[in-house]
Amino acid sequence: MAAIRWLLEKDIRILRRSPVLSLLLIVYPAVVAVLIGLALSRGPGLPRVAFLNEIPPSQSVISLGKTRIDINSYERHLFQALTLVTVKTRAQALADVRDGTTLAALIIPASLPHRLASGEETAYIQVVYNGSAINQELVQSAIDSKLGQANALLAAQLEKVAGSYIDLLLSGGKLSFLGETFNVLGLRASAQVLSAVLAGLPAHSPLHARLAPVANFAKIAVTNLGTSKAVIGAVAAPVVARNQYVNGRRTPLDFYAVAVAVTVSLMFVCLLLASGMLALEREENTLERLRRGLVAPGALLGEKALLAAAAATAVGFAMLAGIGIFVTLDWSRAGLWLLAVAGGSLAFATLGVALGGLVRDVRAASLLALLVSFPLVFLALVPAGAVASGLYDAIRVVSAVFPFKPAFEAVDAAVNRSSPGVWVSLAHLGALIAGFGALARFGLRG
Amino acid sequence: MDAPTLRATALGKRFGDRVALRDVSFELAGGEILAVIGPNGAGKTTLLALLAGAISPSEGSVGAPAGERIGWVPQQTAVYSKLSVLENLRLFARLERVADPDAAVATMLEQTALTDRADEQLGRLSGGNRQRVNIAVGLLADPAVALLDEPSASLDPRQRERLWRFITARARAGTAVVFATHDIGEAERYADRVLVLADGELLYSGPPGELGGRSEGDLETAFVEFLRERGH
Repeated sequence: MAAIRWLLEKDIRILRRSPVLSLLLIVYPAVVAVLIGLALSRGPGLPRVAFLNEIPPSQSVISLGKTRIDINSYERHLFQALTLVTVKTRAQALADVRDGTTLAALIIPASLPHRLASGEETAYIQVVYNGSAINQELVQSAIDSKLGQANALLAAQLEKVAGSYIDLLLSGGKLSFLGETFNVLGLRASAQVLSAVLAGLPAHSPLHARLAPVANFAKIAVTNLGTSKAVIGAVAAPVVARNQYVNGRRTPLDFYAVAVAVTVSLMFVCLLLASGMLALEREENTLERLRRGLVAPGALLGEKALLAAAAATAVGFAMLAGIGIFVTLDWSRAGLWLLAVAGGSLAFATLGVALGGLVRDVRAASLLALLVSFPLVFLALVPAGAVASGLYDAIRVVSAVFPFKPAFEAVDAAVNRSSPGVWVSLAHLGALIAGFGALARFGLRG
Repeated sequence: MDAPTLRATALGKRFGDRVALRDVSFELAGGEILAVIGPNGAGKTTLLALLAGAISPSEGSVGAPAGERIGWVPQQTAVYSKLSVLENLRLFARLERVADPDAAVATMLEQTALTDRADEQLGRLSGGNRQRVNIAVGLLADPAVALLDEPSASLDPRQRERLWRFITARARAGTAVVFATHDIGEAERYADRVLVLADGELLYSGPPGELGGRSEGDLETAFVEFLRERGH
């Protein structure tokens, strides 16, 4: 243990004399925590979109039966998701998109009220995109989402109109058309009239055979048309989602981002520090001096892994604490955060010394650490269903034998109560620590 | 000869398919100075690393009396460039479990004339001074056997003279010294015995005078002729 202490003192002294690295270790978590905190607490900005409404003000209200629908009232839904820059002409809208003033242009054509009112042609709005695929996706998602809401409201209005016509057919009433008002008898009254007529006919009247089917039709029509209103209501919103989450609590995307950011930070600090500090022993030619009985190989590896893990744990916890200033985190679980961050750090650090044992200098160690870590992060974050099932199974196996995924799951479980729980992930990390420890010990053999 | 302080028995080392050293045996007594000479790639550094325990032998063994320390000065400086001279010496004195690290460090600083530079970081020192620290680290535990791999390679003549004064004083005090060198004159001047290695094979073990007596020229000429005779 004394040898580990002397080596720890030595390595801390070396780190303190590397001002750039020390500054990075202190500044990095602070900057990342502030950036993530600000991003989560302020919410995203709305995409700027050029907006042209070609509907003349006099035609913006359409009449469907007794119901009058103001098309312009649906604009406000789009305003919720976009920053609309109102323009006067199509040319101006297109120019704004081309020169990047806006990410897209949204044009409501003059034909929209007519198409809606006629019901014969599909009503549409026109969207013009420019820029990168990500920008297009951002605007498209926002427009699709809000257009969906507007459509739902419109469908509800149309359902009311259709419902009033069905009521009129069923129960009768007054119908206004071309300035004149007509009395409509209605199916129920028709059925009653027919029944009364049939009851008053002589028993052997030939009209019985002719009127009876009409009376039956009227009864069936009353029954079935009565259910049509409910059917139209269901068509307006055929399926609504009732969400249920299995495997514990769902992680909101914002807090998922916190767990990803913390885990990525742990990974970089640990891999770079642990592999770098071990490679430094080789670069300075001191490894062979130490190995000849001055320090046991296990103690040497343990010392490097502990140092890197301690530094990363401090960085990870500082990040969580920093983010906690901006967003609400459950501080009563701080003990679990610490445990998850420490467990993840130790696993990354053990992988770091295994990598550091393979190379002869610090630069090669850093390069190897980066080459190994980047693909692992991407693989671990690939969601199920995003790729073919066979490939996903292979990704799961690869992710399971490297520490990123279990470390992320441990941090996510500690911060967000997601599943699997902290202890399952820590057990997984423990197995990886043993495995990579053995690998590092093998790499250090003389 | 007294009981040997160091004994190598049928020592061999392979790196993959390449044989770096084969079947090398010798003994060394306390106070004796042994020079290991040979052309590049002869196996000199491998032999010293095996004797130091820095690498494990593929065959054979190295024996030293129990409890005796073996000091090793590798060919390339093996010290921390971000630490000062004092910090390097203190760290290795502690790791060597020297009874009084501070006293050992002070003695070594004085003997290597580094007291004035004790607080300077290694990275800022010249190659010669770094090598002096390298030597000081290797010998600060007052070992019974000192293994020095080309110890004078990066030293100027004055520093070299001081180094050999220091090493011979150690030998007189009973330390067994093994040094590898390309400087045949150095071997002739300071060694009691030389080992000639070529292609990992031990070709000669004996006093430098006997090797030199094979030729009418100096030891270096005799050494080159000897290697030629043996097909190297």
